[in-house]
Amino acid sequence: MIPTLAETATTIQSTLEGWNVLPEGGAMFLAAVIHVALVAGFFGLPAGIFIWAERKVSGRIQDRLGPTRVGGKFGWLQALADGGKLVQKEDLVPADADGPLFRVAPYVVVVSSLAALMFLPFSDGWIAVSLDIGLYVMLAVMSLEVIGVILAGYASGSKWALFGGMREAAQMVSYEIPMSICVVIPIVTAGSLNLNEIGAMQSGWFGNWILLNDPFTFIAFFVYFVCATASCKRAPFDLAEAESELVAGFLTEYSGFRWSFFFLAEYASMFTVCGIAVLLFLGGWHTGIPGLDGLLDGPRYGSGGFVFNWLANLLGFGVFFGKASLLVCVQIWIRWTLPRLRIDQVMMTCLKYLVPISCVLFLGAVIWPLALSVTGRTTWGDPAGNRAAPTLRLESSTTPNSTPGPLAASNRETAP
Amino acid sequence: MTEQTLFWIFAILAGGGAIGVVILQDIVRMAFSLIISLGSTAGLFFLVGADFVAATQLLVYVGGTLVLLIFGVMLTASGPFQRIKMSAGETFLGAAVGLLFFSVIVFTVIDVNWAAGNNRQVATTPGDETGNTSRAIGLRLVGIAADTNIGMDTKKNSRTGYLLPFEIVSVHLLVVLVGAAYLARAKRQEPSQSSEENA
Repeated sequence: MIPTLAETATTIQSTLEGWNVLPEGGAMFLAAVIHVALVAGFFGLPAGIFIWAERKVSGRIQDRLGPTRVGGKFGWLQALADGGKLVQKEDLVPADADGPLFRVAPYVVVVSSLAALMFLPFSDGWIAVSLDIGLYVMLAVMSLEVIGVILAGYASGSKWALFGGMREAAQMVSYEIPMSICVVIPIVTAGSLNLNEIGAMQSGWFGNWILLNDPFTFIAFFVYFVCATASCKRAPFDLAEAESELVAGFLTEYSGFRWSFFFLAEYASMFTVCGIAVLLFLGGWHTGIPGLDGLLDGPRYGSGGFVFNWLANLLGFGVFFGKASLLVCVQIWIRWTLPRLRIDQVMMTCLKYLVPISCVLFLGAVIWPLALSVTGRTTWGDPAGNRAAPTLRLESSTTPNSTPGPLAASNRETAP
Repeated sequence: MTEQTLFWIFAILAGGGAIGVVILQDIVRMAFSLIISLGSTAGLFFLVGADFVAATQLLVYVGGTLVLLIFGVMLTASGPFQRIKMSAGETFLGAAVGLLFFSVIVFTVIDVNWAAGNNRQVATTPGDETGNTSRAIGLRLVGIAADTNIGMDTKKNSRTGYLLPFEIVSVHLLVVLVGAAYLARAKRQEPSQSSEENA
């Protein structure tokens, strides 16, 4: 029989089951394999691109050319060459190190930053695991990354590494607080923890992006971005690997492929936190251009058949990837522009400034709709395009499949 | 089939991690096997569809408590890799308590008549069929009990919800945190007399 794509199939698993060629449980297994392969692809691909971008941008900022030779004109295969070089190096474990923990630490970092990508929607419905508490699970999984870094610092049996690990622990535990509060602010505005739903909510003009919803969400984006940069241990917050004081911090004793695992995870989690920022504040996969989004929303959220839906989602994926990459480039730009802070300055920035600021923003974001309701509105200005004013959707939540419009698409578990 | 395989993988990891915590002597290795144990328990929760409990387990215990544990060891350890030495008496006492507790659990599990079918029929919450089981928790928090037993007296089913108790508990925790920070704060030194003693 000829495998066909059923119109009703919304997930890879249901598509495979529709073919009726696989044994029982085989469809689930194969769908899981496809999901894992795609997510692993999105773990490696952005990392490769951003490693090249980092070298190129840093080179230009320092009045150098950066990589020019590998892979043609712009050296765009540099990341692959780096990888090839690192695989060949010897896998060293120092005599004083705690061997098993030293070996396992990079895997903890990689697995947690890979697992976080499972809950990130790349376009409407293009998500490996769609959960109502997707953002919460994502933050939970991302918080595991610090364990790997601390274990690496501790198990190296070196003072530099120990200091790096301790700094990382102190920094991460503190910066999680303002970051979590800033993440809650768009959730309060959107009324959902489902990342797909939050993204779908911001269709229409760029004025519908949660960033421009009220002044508090506007400032919250910048506070979130600072905390996200710190949580990826990027400069000016890279105290854990401050090479001017600590040799290389927790990375001191690592070499070869285990060393590169840490960096793969770092670039992937840069992409992840920027993806969260795009979904929560910058309109997700919507272009924000008046007219264009209205044209795309038709096939994207229902009518238009499978092919047009897929094409619209592919374009949405490009938009999402472009926005997230732009934010990553800002992180790279910041890294090569600002000097590193001292550890006490890092802690002071978080505990004395970012935490109070985010608390005030949170209170403001909660009070904002109440203050607006006095004037008889639910949003400031009229939402342009397809976006509806946020209302209490208790009715739609009790019958999720009968709601028309964008929100009906949010329960799908399709992957690209 | 797939779910059973995953169950056994997570169950063995959870049990093995727990045994590792008891057997290993290096504190950080113990902490790591605790991470494996608690993380696999979170995996088991994901497997039965309890997303919220699983995510909270990861966030609070694995990502929070254990990080603080390892951080504490790093801050206080005098040597490079600190070990815990146990005397024979302590081992015997611990083993006795552990075996007693284990036998209590085993006998409880054996005593239950699993085949009797004593599951009560409950209404499903919207979202259950797509694996989004956390909606019931959210609705329950604001007083909408969607999973109330079918056929029970609806008058007993109050509409108050758990939001107020939840808020009271969280404010209580905040007060405890502020109190702990107040007690542990760096004391201001007296300007003249005792500066040398405190230093």
